[in-house]
Amino acid sequence: MINLTVNGSAHSVDVSPEMPLLWVLRDELGMMGTKYGCGIAQCGACTVHLNGVAVRSCQMPVGGLDGTNITTIEGLGNPDAMHAVQAAWSEQQVAQCGYCQSGQIMQAASLLSQNPTPSDEQIDSAMAGNLCRCGTYPRIRAAIHAASDKLQEG
Amino acid sequence: MGRLATITRRTFLIGSAAIAGGIAFGIYKVKETPDNPLSNDLPEGAASFNPWVLINSEKVTLIVPHADKGQGVASAQAALIAEELDLDWDGFDISFGEPSAAYWNTAMAEEGVPFMATDVSGTAETLRSVMAGILKLMGLQGTGGSTSMPDSFDKLRRAGAVARETLKLAAANKTGIPVAELKTASGAVVLPDGATIAYTELAAQAAGIDAVDSVQLRDPSQWRLIGHAMPRLDMAAKSTGTLPYGIDLSVADMVHATVRYNPRQGGTMNSYDASTAEGMTGVKKVVAISNGVAVIASNTWYAIQAANAIEFDWGDAPYPAEQADHWKEIEASYTKERLDKQWRNDGDIDIAIAQSTVIAADYRSPYVAHQPLEPLNAIVKVTDNTVEVWSGHQLPRMLQQMVAAVTGHETQQVIFHNQYMGGSFGHRLEFEHVKQAAEIANQMRGTPVKMTYSREEDFAHDFPRHIAAAHGEGTVQDGKVVSMDLRIASVSPIGSQMGRAGISVPGPDPQIVAGAWNNPYAIPNFRMRAYRTPELAPVSSWRAVGANGAGFFFDSFLDELIHAAGADPMQERIRLMDHDVSRQVLEAVAQMSAWADKPAAGTAKGVAFVESFGVPAAAVVEVSQSDAGIRINNVWIACDVGTVVDPVNFENLVQGGVVWGLGHAMNCEITYSDGKAQQSNYHAHEGMRIYNCPKIMVKGLENGHKIRGIGEPPVPVTAPALANAIFALTGQRLRELPFNKHINFV
Repeated sequence: MINLTVNGSAHSVDVSPEMPLLWVLRDELGMMGTKYGCGIAQCGACTVHLNGVAVRSCQMPVGGLDGTNITTIEGLGNPDAMHAVQAAWSEQQVAQCGYCQSGQIMQAASLLSQNPTPSDEQIDSAMAGNLCRCGTYPRIRAAIHAASDKLQEG
Repeated sequence: MGRLATITRRTFLIGSAAIAGGIAFGIYKVKETPDNPLSNDLPEGAASFNPWVLINSEKVTLIVPHADKGQGVASAQAALIAEELDLDWDGFDISFGEPSAAYWNTAMAEEGVPFMATDVSGTAETLRSVMAGILKLMGLQGTGGSTSMPDSFDKLRRAGAVARETLKLAAANKTGIPVAELKTASGAVVLPDGATIAYTELAAQAAGIDAVDSVQLRDPSQWRLIGHAMPRLDMAAKSTGTLPYGIDLSVADMVHATVRYNPRQGGTMNSYDASTAEGMTGVKKVVAISNGVAVIASNTWYAIQAANAIEFDWGDAPYPAEQADHWKEIEASYTKERLDKQWRNDGDIDIAIAQSTVIAADYRSPYVAHQPLEPLNAIVKVTDNTVEVWSGHQLPRMLQQMVAAVTGHETQQVIFHNQYMGGSFGHRLEFEHVKQAAEIANQMRGTPVKMTYSREEDFAHDFPRHIAAAHGEGTVQDGKVVSMDLRIASVSPIGSQMGRAGISVPGPDPQIVAGAWNNPYAIPNFRMRAYRTPELAPVSSWRAVGANGAGFFFDSFLDELIHAAGADPMQERIRLMDHDVSRQVLEAVAQMSAWADKPAAGTAKGVAFVESFGVPAAAVVEVSQSDAGIRINNVWIACDVGTVVDPVNFENLVQGGVVWGLGHAMNCEITYSDGKAQQSNYHAHEGMRIYNCPKIMVKGLENGHKIRGIGEPPVPVTAPALANAIFALTGQRLRELPFNKHINFV
């Protein structure tokens, strides 16, 4: 059994230790906000926070995560109590298909926790690994700036 | 926010059966459309009309006939009904239309007739209406071709108005107050004294009367929703990871599966050895399917790992194994025998070409994959009496037929629950993945099977955008373009795609030349011929379809001729344009981009114009050179759709179309070797990333006389505008996509 803390709740899973965290979240714990896109860390759709830092959950064998703290999109906020980044995403009308946006939002939240006022160049650099096939990049940039403002206002 | 999860037909019918009465409104009465899907199983005493609006004592549900791939049609179509029905934006639920001929697409006829979109002559309009009648008979329920707004703009507003007037009549019957003295607002009928009766309170009463057929649509000056920014109904869910896509659904006792089948598309499987896979952790079993194998496991990852451990002996591809031979076949197609159709022959091209120095050029457009971020997937549960399918799909009724053919059920025994899609771009017009899921589930009757492609399997089996080439010849005189003779050779995307569905499409394929023949220029001598290469690798519709390649060929060659004439690329296009609405989009981007001003040092601009799905689109791209390569700084784009339904969603879709078009023009192609696609994941077929993304300024014009869709039309104009900008900056003319074969981008 492998013990995990996801969004503050303890879970024990009985799976192969090589299984990536992504598939533990989705097919073992039924937490579907974290998405499978490529499986090789090329798209960022599976991004979660591991001890507060954005990582690709498709590249994290669960056997190495015993005792860590994992936050997924569901733990960041919810429709009734959105995180500032989620609220900015909604207000800026970022999503089209929306499938990449869980990962984009987790990456952006991680960026803002480390750099509360990123420039466009810093945003581009931090978000480089998150692919959006629908092409919502202009709105992603705007939403990160809006979330930054919101967080600065406190 | 309303409840966004798809409400299946069964659940909402049971819901309405549980209450005193319910009503569904539409354009036609039940007795005139016997296939009204809501008429089945309705409780005694409840009335049902062709379903766009369903009202019971608890809530108003608006039925969205089209599939939502991310383009926001669920919100836009609901807005059309809500506008006339006087519903508040948060005052209703939505549900996707179940498979039904009642939801046939009235607008798909436009692209199927050999007339330019700018041709509104009696002949053209008559043939369009004949074609629409054929589609009605077929009951073609489909989402594609940027038709959602053209199909629904009138009929859904009318559906809302019918419901409104019928509810007013029900209120009149109930209160004794004449209809003329009643108004509606915020989901209620308003009485002269200001008192209100909610629609939900009137549902049972309305169910007992005939719908009011004679209704007046609101004047645009009265619109509360249309033309205004509406927060998309799915936005909060998509911003919090709570919107379930097909891949996220779970059905009780479901098992997980994945497949491997011959990566040489259409090839057979000679043999396989799954002895290792069968013993791997989590694997329940391995079963053969058509031309491949499925692994059933307790977790998708276990299934994918086991599938990778199977050894296969695959049969040959039914097309040339090597990419070079595909090009050879395409470029050997400019022959009399392969002439598909001569689409334009204005002036006298032969004399014009004979009298002057000829400028000639050849172009290529490669295979390109769709690869939306949600991999193809489907959940299927087969029992002896029914087949249930959960998936996101653009052609629900054809899906039912395909699944029934696999499992041996009657078509009406297939219950399809359409889902929000994590993108499509034409990918979810295909049926292979759904048929495979049905094949697996049919071998495990009673057990629901969720089949998910790995990204690599999805790439291997993407039916890509069609490969195409062009040869252009033209002449210039006195600083003007005077002749263009363009030949385009391609496999037929529509023939290939419909052929897989068992449908033979007669006549020439307009998509071979879409974006080239239909541009409303008046070049004095203009000939446009299409040549059809017999099918090579199987291909499909890819966002904007033919206009991607053909628009690139046409506009790039026009740009070459304009430069040869020594004319200004913007002014010469405007001079040659023979259609006011199209000229206005060019003038708009000229103004937006300050075209007339001298470019900033180290930058250059290129312009392009391509009409796609009836939408004239013009774009200006500005580039600069850095040590590491070309940087795309700014894009200005103007499109005319007649009526912009939601300016914010419009801007988002146009910006997305620009990113899609430029990204694939920069660095994406599928090539075949040993009969297999050589690109297996996004590292090899990347598209645009955020750091490549320019600033994109959008203008929606409304001068056109018909409403048009915006999902596809912004795409084709981007590649030629980029190539033309790079030529203006560097003098290098890029005639082959993707451009990173020749230059680097940053």
